[in-house]
Amino acid sequence: MARIIAGVTSSHVPAIGAAIDNHRTGEPYWQRVFEGFERSKEWMAKTKPDVVIGVYNDHASAFSVEMIPTFALGTATEFPPADEGWGPRPVPVVKGHPELASHIAQSVILDEFDLTLCNKMEVDHGLTVPLNLMFGTPKQWPCPVIPLAVNVVQYPPPTGHRCYMLGRAIKKAVESYPEDLKVVIFGTGGMSHQISGQRAGLINSKFDHAFLDNLTKDPKKLTRMSHLEYMREAGAEGVEMVMWLIMRGALDDKVDEVYRFYTVPASNTAVGHIILENRIKGVKKPIGKKPAAKMKRAAARLKVHRVRS
Amino acid sequence: MASKQKVEKDYEDIPGTYVFDAERSRQGYHLNMFCMSLMKAENRKAFKADEAKYLEHYPLTPEQREAILKRQYNRMLELGGNIYFTAKLGATDGHPFQHLAALMTGSTQQDYADLMLRGGRTVEGNRSKSGKFEKSKSSQPNKASKPKAASKGKKSRG
Repeated sequence: MARIIAGVTSSHVPAIGAAIDNHRTGEPYWQRVFEGFERSKEWMAKTKPDVVIGVYNDHASAFSVEMIPTFALGTATEFPPADEGWGPRPVPVVKGHPELASHIAQSVILDEFDLTLCNKMEVDHGLTVPLNLMFGTPKQWPCPVIPLAVNVVQYPPPTGHRCYMLGRAIKKAVESYPEDLKVVIFGTGGMSHQISGQRAGLINSKFDHAFLDNLTKDPKKLTRMSHLEYMREAGAEGVEMVMWLIMRGALDDKVDEVYRFYTVPASNTAVGHIILENRIKGVKKPIGKKPAAKMKRAAARLKVHRVRS
Repeated sequence: MASKQKVEKDYEDIPGTYVFDAERSRQGYHLNMFCMSLMKAENRKAFKADEAKYLEHYPLTPEQREAILKRQYNRMLELGGNIYFTAKLGATDGHPFQHLAALMTGSTQQDYADLMLRGGRTVEGNRSKSGKFEKSKSSQPNKASKPKAASKGKKSRG
């Protein structure tokens, strides 16, 4: 049985991608950001997921104002990096997992989430920057990635509650997939930022810290937050944090927060990052299989940097 | 702007903010599609060669056209532009995003960058036009700086 073992949230600031692509990560300004992800890369190298589900938003790259799907799942074999106006990012082509993606599509649509399915789609910095932050800059991404693009460009995005429930449906879908796969789900975007209008530059660290706390301990509280509150408190573009709730909904109720990092600013944005792991006892034992070795491996994994929620 | 049976939009109370809703998306469709065309190198070149002529391909309103030619970024948002689209125009001009942010906030790029380094613009006093969401007093680490009318945006280094 496939299962989601952990969730990661990360900002996806385009300037982070530009700093990587132009080899400027060593500059003091950027060092502060990248150092925060050093331990995350170590965690990722140890965790070795078989598949990543990447929840992100497209920034007028694959979708213009011609078509605005609320939830678009990538079911293709591969997703090339988009030309965002200065040539495609020099990152590897994202390889999909069409079998698992189709299985998720079928399961969640029957669970009443009417997804748009994309058999051809380019992906922008929204997806590739978090992949860099978690995997570094390898020649090939180490595992297949299933992109899930969420509309947060045209108001209204889906509600936080809807996102959380979609996460629940994705969890159920993954757990009904017969192959033994370790899946990590990313929720990207945020944290507080506004990049448009006279109020551009807004940052609300107090809001961000409370959001991170609740994401671990009381996500249901976050599902009740209105779009108005997101935009007012965390900036017009801060509303994209609803995407993090898809990630959280796909995890168990009780999780261990194994790592957290927060810094201001990266360009115009507060960078927030958290790693949440499902607890071992939360894992259902697959009937008829020998769980002992698996449990040992999971326990070994959990030894690193655990912070109880 | 106001039409007969206007739906009440609670988010219009947020100051210095143009929420890109379905109505703005409808108004700004061609403006945004023009920006979208700048994702192709050959189109960027054609636009830079003769901006006015290039814009003739798009059924823009005279106001939208003027805002584009004069690079009035807030005005573009007001007329239905979306920042992820208008940012492509800035990129075509070879400007980093903070240049656009400085224009929109009536600041210089250096001042805007410094504001961000100090922790950004505080939410205190910037929550609502009506003032109904302002809390009495709360400690905020970042320095207060209200959004100013963006008119005196001076160009600093690209």
